Amino acid sequence: MITISEARQTTAMIEEENLDVRTITMGINILDCADPDEKRFCEKIYDKITTKAKNLVKVGEDISREFGVPVVNKRISITPVAIAAAACKTSNYVQIAKTLDNAAKEVGVNFIGGFSALVHKGMTGADRMLIDSVPEALSVTERVCSSINLASTRSGINMDAVAKIGEIIRETAFLTRDRDSLGCAKLVVFCNAVEDNPFMAGAFHGVGETDCAINVGISGPGVIKRALESVYEEDFETLCETIKRTAFKITRVGQLVAKEAASRLGVPFGIIDLSLAPTPAVGDSVAEIFQMMGLEHAGAPGTTAALAMLNDNVKKGGIMASSYVGGLSGAFIPVSEDHGMIEAVEAGALTLEKLEAMTCVCSVGLDMIAIPGDTSPDTISGIIADEMAIGMINNKTTAVRLIPVYGKKVGETVTFGGLLGYAPIMPVNQFSCEDFIRRGGRIPAPVHSFKN
Amino acid sequence: MKAIITVLGKDKVGIIAKTCVYLADKDVNVLEISQTIVEGYFNMIMIVDITNTTCELSELACGLEKLGEEIGVIIKFQREEIFESMHRI
Repeated sequence: MITISEARQTTAMIEEENLDVRTITMGINILDCADPDEKRFCEKIYDKITTKAKNLVKVGEDISREFGVPVVNKRISITPVAIAAAACKTSNYVQIAKTLDNAAKEVGVNFIGGFSALVHKGMTGADRMLIDSVPEALSVTERVCSSINLASTRSGINMDAVAKIGEIIRETAFLTRDRDSLGCAKLVVFCNAVEDNPFMAGAFHGVGETDCAINVGISGPGVIKRALESVYEEDFETLCETIKRTAFKITRVGQLVAKEAASRLGVPFGIIDLSLAPTPAVGDSVAEIFQMMGLEHAGAPGTTAALAMLNDNVKKGGIMASSYVGGLSGAFIPVSEDHGMIEAVEAGALTLEKLEAMTCVCSVGLDMIAIPGDTSPDTISGIIADEMAIGMINNKTTAVRLIPVYGKKVGETVTFGGLLGYAPIMPVNQFSCEDFIRRGGRIPAPVHSFKN
Repeated sequence: MKAIITVLGKDKVGIIAKTCVYLADKDVNVLEISQTIVEGYFNMIMIVDITNTTCELSELACGLEKLGEEIGVIIKFQREEIFESMHRI
């Protein structure tokens, strides 16, 4: 029997420390919807998505009520559109994006991911068409998220695609200029993208997956921070043990919700993603955990070590609590979505270069970073190439989600609202990489021996 | 099947009575109650048996929340599994 003090501890985590389940994401395979006729294809994907995910939101809300733990987001990921729609005879994929947006609205999910292409080694005609469609697709839809895999450890970096995506990001920023370039917040590029990621904007349903699966993303930076308050004076051993123990408890809640959701929806349980996902709310921040570890601000010397330790111990605690772990599984360090990160940037403690260093030890890369609107496409591609190289060499997932906010300069702030938060515009290194990016071709796959 | 009900708010007459009447009406059996009052604030945790209730659980949770609003306290219903999974291996 549960003791009263255990019941109180759980209630406090939910009520005071923002413990929630960040997302229940239903992965849906749409390969069986393939059709040369675009209109027919759109009808088929709309029908499949709205049938499979018909009860997703209701089940999420019921579980939330019965267990008394918020399930913040209900979302859908689908097979990368560039693969599923490859047979369509059409000149762009904007209509498909609109169909996805309508399907998302019909079932009531706040995002649908999978307007994606995997081009780490080369681009098919469909991949090219999808990438060309991204700016318009993201400007005319509300809930569609796009991701492009540009590199992998096994195949290297597709520098042609990296060069192209710099321009695509700028164009997306321009087309959504009336919304502070919000379109770019729904576009992420990857190295070593994972096939079962429940988190947006990078979620898609990989081709190695089952027809439909439930993947769950946990949360809980606030719970970890509160737990660390009580061991502020203690050594690293105690610090790590506390993180592990807390991560275990958080993950068990995610596992419970995932199993329950899967069984009620009649869909297999896929994975739990062990990422600590912050929100802009005070007390729900990864940067605050660093402060609780003893750093004045995120970005201070020691931050990379602190993040490595946090990330590793969240995994150690979480892996035991779940039967299947997957997705990105690493502490997220988005800037605009974490009020402690925003404060660190405003205080001058955190720079783009330090963030890049931090991504060497955790998922998921340079995330939700607002940069000046006049940053050149080549510079954006250069930043992406650096991040792809970190992922490729270290055999890990890295990502970039930059927002060159149209018409804004360093010193100004941009507000996206909701979970996407707000961010100060960060300065970017002004030296040129144009000739490097313009070379074209691929950076070959790295050697996996002689690790140094 | 068990659930845990927590009640929190300013102390007044009839909090336990009204909560228990509601639960009895839904065929929910109270197994254990722990209750304290700190500086006028009422704090109670009940462990209840929901095996025989005919009510949908999400409906029960909503009903209790509404009852709490009527009384002027916060009532929260949670199935026991969330506590079990968090605190037991």
